[in-house]
Formats: sequence, C-alpha cells, structure tokens
Amino acid sequence: MNPIGNLNKIFESRIRLGVMSVLMVNEEVNFNDLKQMLEVTDGNLASHLSTLEENGYLKVHKGFIGRKTNTTYAITAAGEKAFKGHLAALEHMIKFTK
Amino acid sequence: MADQQHLEALTDIKRMMERSSRFISLSGLSGISAGIFGLIGAFVANGWLREYYYKWNTSGIHSHSDFIELKFRLIALGLSVLVAALIGGTFFTWRKARQNNLPIWDLTSRKVLINTAIPLAAGGAFIAGLLFNHLEGLVAPTCLVFYGLAIINASKYTLPDVKYLGICEVILGTINLFYLSYGLYFWAIGFGLLHIIYGALMWWKYERKRTI
Repeated sequence: MNPIGNLNKIFESRIRLGVMSVLMVNEEVNFNDLKQMLEVTDGNLASHLSTLEENGYLKVHKGFIGRKTNTTYAITAAGEKAFKGHLAALEHMIKFTK
Repeated sequence: MADQQHLEALTDIKRMMERSSRFISLSGLSGISAGIFGLIGAFVANGWLREYYYKWNTSGIHSHSDFIELKFRLIALGLSVLVAALIGGTFFTWRKARQNNLPIWDLTSRKVLINTAIPLAAGGAFIAGLLFNHLEGLVAPTCLVFYGLAIINASKYTLPDVKYLGICEVILGTINLFYLSYGLYFWAIGFGLLHIIYGALMWWKYERKRTI
C-alpha cells in the first residue's frame, strides 16, 4: 500500500482543511462564521469554498436574513469520507515513517 | 520534514474542531461574581421577609396590599440580581477571551447563549404562570430546576464541567420541593454558594497558572 496515494491533494491547503474540520463538528456554518474562525479574507475563503463545492464535499444553501444573503455550508457524505480518509493517511504516515 | 508537516496538519485539524465546537472562554471568576450577587440578593430578600413577618406578628393584621408590595419588590430584586450577575459574568468572560485572543461573540458563544436561553425562557414563562396562580412557594425550586436544565443543555457547547453545576442545581431544586418554606435558603445555596464553589474550582483548574 502506498500511503502517500491516500493523502488528498484537495486538503493540502490549510484553509480547505480548516473548513472541513469546522464542518465535521458543526451541522451548518455560515460564511461569516467560517471567515471569523479561519481568520481569512472574503475572496480567499470564497475561492477555497468553491473548490470544495466543485469536488462535491460541500452542500451550499443560499438563504436570506431580512435583505442580507446568508449562505450556509454543510459537509456531504462524500466530503466526510474524503476527510476521514485524509486523516487516516496522515496518521499512517506519522506512525510508519519514524 | 514531511513528517513535521503532517503533524502540523493534524494539530490544525484538532484545534479547529475544538475551537469551532466549544466556547472555552467562560471564566471561573464569572461564576464567583454571579454567586456573590446571588448571596447579596438573598441577604436583602431575607431582611425584607423578616420585616414583613415581624410586622405581621406584632400587629396581627394581614394586609393584602403589604403582601402585594413585598411580592413585587422581591420580583424586582430577583431580576436585578439576574442582570447584575449577567453583567459581572460577561465582564470576566470577555476579559478571559481577550487574554486568549479569542472573539467573545462567535459561532460557539452564540450556541451557548441560545441553548441556555431556550430552557430559561420556558422556566420564565412557567414561573409567570406560578405567580399568576398564587403559587409563590414553588418559585424558588422552579428557578433552580430550570436553571440547572439550561446549564446542562449548554454544557455541550462550553467547558463540559458546567454540567456538574447544572446537575447540582436540579437536585437542589428537587429537594427544595419537599421543603417549600426554606425556598430562600435553597435559592441562596443554589445561586450563591454553588456558583462561588463552581467558579473557584474552574478558576483553579483552568486559569490559575496564567495569573501566577
């Protein structure tokens, strides 16, 4: 088995990894909360979110609070599986390269 | 080198998961200050009650308007204690959040607030109903039980130790139901003493090292 093959390229970015970590433990999180948690700029976060969405890891829900848009994000089953696989690969690498 | 990166990634993941699921800035000093306000409130209420019963015993006349006045004064006192405790509690928690460089108003603090507010609002409505039906004696135990349930509910989103405070409040409130005439003493123990003990334990466990 080649453990490096299991490391997910999409999660190489710290921000994308951060988004997935937050969504693993929270059912639904909106854009502003993600921005505050990860301490990133709007544009930066938006581009990483769309990458994750394109890969089918995120469900996006566009809603409104009054007139303001409120976009929330949730993890998909595929996203959860990919994230857990990535975690397992990380653990494996650390254990067996000592 | 790569190993170091993987470790960092794992640490990042763990940190983000913890940071986004629990509000950890709740300060033990908040509990202590809330407890002190609770004790002051109970002390003042005790004075008023003594005065009322002294008047009743000496004059022998039971004036309905006196009773109504006492009731409203006690309700106003209870609400003032609540506000004072909230302000004091928020201040020390805000201070701790600032020391830790964490926001006080975020996803997690909002969850704590909502999950405390729902059982508390139910309790508030319940108590309004008790007062409406002249069941004043049940107010103290009801306060304790609903407050305890509110804390247990919120403990999933903050320091898990808070749960034990909630359980103690519920037990105390339930015992109070069987000794209704001692409501004020139970109230003073639940909102005063328990908060101070809990706050001191939490401060000892989580914040002591930072200050020394």
